[in-house]
Amino acid sequence: MKIAVIQFPGTNCEHDVVEAVNGAGGKAELVWHRATDLSGFDGVVLPGGFAHGDYLRTGAIARFSPVMAEVSGMAGAGLPVLGICNGFQILCEAGLLPGAFIANRDLAFICRFVEVEVTSTDSILTGAALVGQRLRIPLNSYQGNWVDPTHSGKVVLRYVGDPNGSQDGAAAVANERGNVVGVMPHPERAADELLGSDHGRILLEGLLQAPAAV
Amino acid sequence: MRVRVEITRRPEIADPEGNTIRRALRDLGHRVSEVRVDRVIHLDIEGDDRAEITAAAERMCREVLANPVLEDFTIEVPS
Repeated sequence: MKIAVIQFPGTNCEHDVVEAVNGAGGKAELVWHRATDLSGFDGVVLPGGFAHGDYLRTGAIARFSPVMAEVSGMAGAGLPVLGICNGFQILCEAGLLPGAFIANRDLAFICRFVEVEVTSTDSILTGAALVGQRLRIPLNSYQGNWVDPTHSGKVVLRYVGDPNGSQDGAAAVANERGNVVGVMPHPERAADELLGSDHGRILLEGLLQAPAAV
Repeated sequence: MRVRVEITRRPEIADPEGNTIRRALRDLGHRVSEVRVDRVIHLDIEGDDRAEITAAAERMCREVLANPVLEDFTIEVPS
């Protein structure tokens, strides 16, 4: 499965994502945010970082990058679209996922392993996992506190405990179809035992096993 | 024409920064019951038609400057 990994100015997790996706059996390729054609790809990942410096709001400017029209088209076509951390924030700003992000409840930048529990396998992130399965994955964010006044997001991973105040304990949220998913902790940073955990791998495998159109 | 846009977080959305500032102010002995941190943006918009400029600023707020999930906005155009 060929995955486009989008690189915005300020993205900083793109190489980790490429490495982890390739390690899980996919074929990942970096794509600059000004690209206007993703037709050769079966799926897309928006990696973490600080796209466009997080100016105005996290994801607010990235949402207007030229590549986002293609990302939106892929989402509409049922292809897998995954946003990790800052990528999750971009998907919310773009209206591809419900809700928005505010600062963590205790105003702390959280950078540590957290435990999440799979609450639904009906998504391209959790399709290879089991409901109730607990995964140890690093969280690395300041604006990780997800708010969704419409209550329309489907929570597919929930934090064990409440590290940041995120509504319904949401660590990962999917759209109704399950083909667009945002995840706040970083599966790509837990893709090998060498990194302290390989629990993120099952999530990337879910992405790579996702049907071409859900 | 210089336009002042004020972006305010909706009352029902938590403001962790405001809460932290409130705690600090109370620690200093100030009797503050709530703090909300808002954002002000000044825009120099070309032209001198007030109605057109107001409409343009409103479009900018809806498109980019405010997040409709969290925020409201007010626009002040000099008379």
